[in-house]
Amino acid sequence: MSTPFLNADSMTGGYGAADILHGCTLSVDKGQIAVIVGPNGAGKSTAMKAVFGMLNLREGKVTLGGQDITHLSPQQRVHLGMGFVPQTHNIFTSMTVQENLEMGAFIRTDDFRGTMDQVFELFPILHEKRNQAAGELSGGQRQQVAVGRALMTKPTVLMLDEPTAGVSPIVMDELFDRIIEVARTGISILMVEQNARQALEIADKGYVLVQGRNRYTDTGAALLADPDVRKSFLGG
Amino acid sequence: MTDFLNAFIVLANFVLVPGIAYGSQLALGALGVTLIFAILRFTNIAHGDTMAFGAMITIFVTWALQAAGVSIDPLPTALLALPVGIAATAVLVLATDRFVYQFYRKQKVEPVMLLIVSVGVMFVMNGLVRFIIGPDDQRFTDGERFIISSRTFKEMTGLAEGLAIKTTQGITVVTAILTVAALFWFLNRTRMGKSMRAYSDNEDLALLSGINPERVVAVTWVIVAALATIAGVLYGLDKSFKPFTYFHLLLPVFAAAIVGGLGNPLGAIAGGFVIAFSEVTLTYAFKRVIGYLVPEGMEPSGLVQLLATDYKFAVSFAILVIVLLFKPTGLFAGKNT
Repeated sequence: MSTPFLNADSMTGGYGAADILHGCTLSVDKGQIAVIVGPNGAGKSTAMKAVFGMLNLREGKVTLGGQDITHLSPQQRVHLGMGFVPQTHNIFTSMTVQENLEMGAFIRTDDFRGTMDQVFELFPILHEKRNQAAGELSGGQRQQVAVGRALMTKPTVLMLDEPTAGVSPIVMDELFDRIIEVARTGISILMVEQNARQALEIADKGYVLVQGRNRYTDTGAALLADPDVRKSFLGG
Repeated sequence: MTDFLNAFIVLANFVLVPGIAYGSQLALGALGVTLIFAILRFTNIAHGDTMAFGAMITIFVTWALQAAGVSIDPLPTALLALPVGIAATAVLVLATDRFVYQFYRKQKVEPVMLLIVSVGVMFVMNGLVRFIIGPDDQRFTDGERFIISSRTFKEMTGLAEGLAIKTTQGITVVTAILTVAALFWFLNRTRMGKSMRAYSDNEDLALLSGINPERVVAVTWVIVAALATIAGVLYGLDKSFKPFTYFHLLLPVFAAAIVGGLGNPLGAIAGGFVIAFSEVTLTYAFKRVIGYLVPEGMEPSGLVQLLATDYKFAVSFAILVIVLLFKPTGLFAGKNT
């Protein structure tokens, strides 16, 4: 089996002296959606940050398209084509929607208007509100701005930390639809989700983390069908 | 009717015109303070002395130009010297940042620590300026003194009261408008300006977007140097240059920035005028204005002055306290630390 496009292998590390991740492995292939679920405090967000280089790893390594990126800073990873949408504070609230997208494209020196049009096509509401301050938008719209901002670099991997946190169920379904659309364009998606059941439904790959370790790893559908997973993590 | 006009002219001459000029100077000063707060996230106590340094360099260049016989009469020669003053101040603040602030920034110290550091920087700059130019009053205004003098105005209108507009006041307002327009254009229209706003808004996300923080900081210092020098020179032209007055200016400048909402450029401008007009209005003796408005025989015998001019700094303080008590974020919601 060849190495997946983004491969984080047996990551061990934490913020201080104590490790939060214990040999955690995550990977995602081109155009796939990988979802990380698990109970509170399982280290889901920490695992994401580790993949993005916001955490020092004591062991393990991260590769992107075969290149070892374990020791690169988050900024360098952005240049290599990784996009990250943090869980909170993921937009520039005082700037307009369009300015948010422009800032997303900051590292690009070429003409990024085409990409902006694509983002507007994906999220039509953003086009309508492009001159409004992003901080004035609703929760779901803000998440769209956040995802749109990350898409402006034309990433090959998009990492989303709880993209549906705090949005209504209807908006959540719509966001998931959009995420599938993004994946269809060939972008790999790695995301952490609270709404485990819905997220696993769209996942090509699912990871159940418990206390910083991989507990179950399978396709999304298989995890949904697994009685143990259902009982422990999906509420029956 | 003539009485009413006369009353208005007295008011304009002693309150409106000086208030607008002083407000413009404070607004430019407060803009510098607010930009540092928004982007470097600390309160720069050394700002008053940065203004003094910029003004001092401009004065030296002005004197050199005057000695060389260069003149742009009727405008003051200082305007010609201004770019040199800005450049020198930019070098000074960039060097200060490189050798002082950067060290603390790398350690990600608390804003209050940087504030204390800036107190130290203030003492050094203050000493530097007084060491080089001396503590005395310096006059460097030349060119035409009045746009319209009190006498010409009386002759033109036939009114008993005259309205004088000094050239320096006119220049202050025009320069302030141009400067503010240029600043807002830069912040809202250019890639660099937008990245500065982004950095101010959300530092982490700006880093994730590939914005280079050290570049943002450097550009901010250059802009602040320009704003401080322009404010310092305009104040010096309008009043006179004395290093210590610039240290005193710090209070109204800060009051303006805080009243408007620290970190909010529009607020800094509004705050500048609020503070300026409060100071001028509260310390002005309204006797003559009222004298024209009330029927004969009812003129007030006192000066109708709320506060002696010696207390003008108390006005800034009082407004500062009131705003901090009732609307701590300022009139225009500024940044929270």
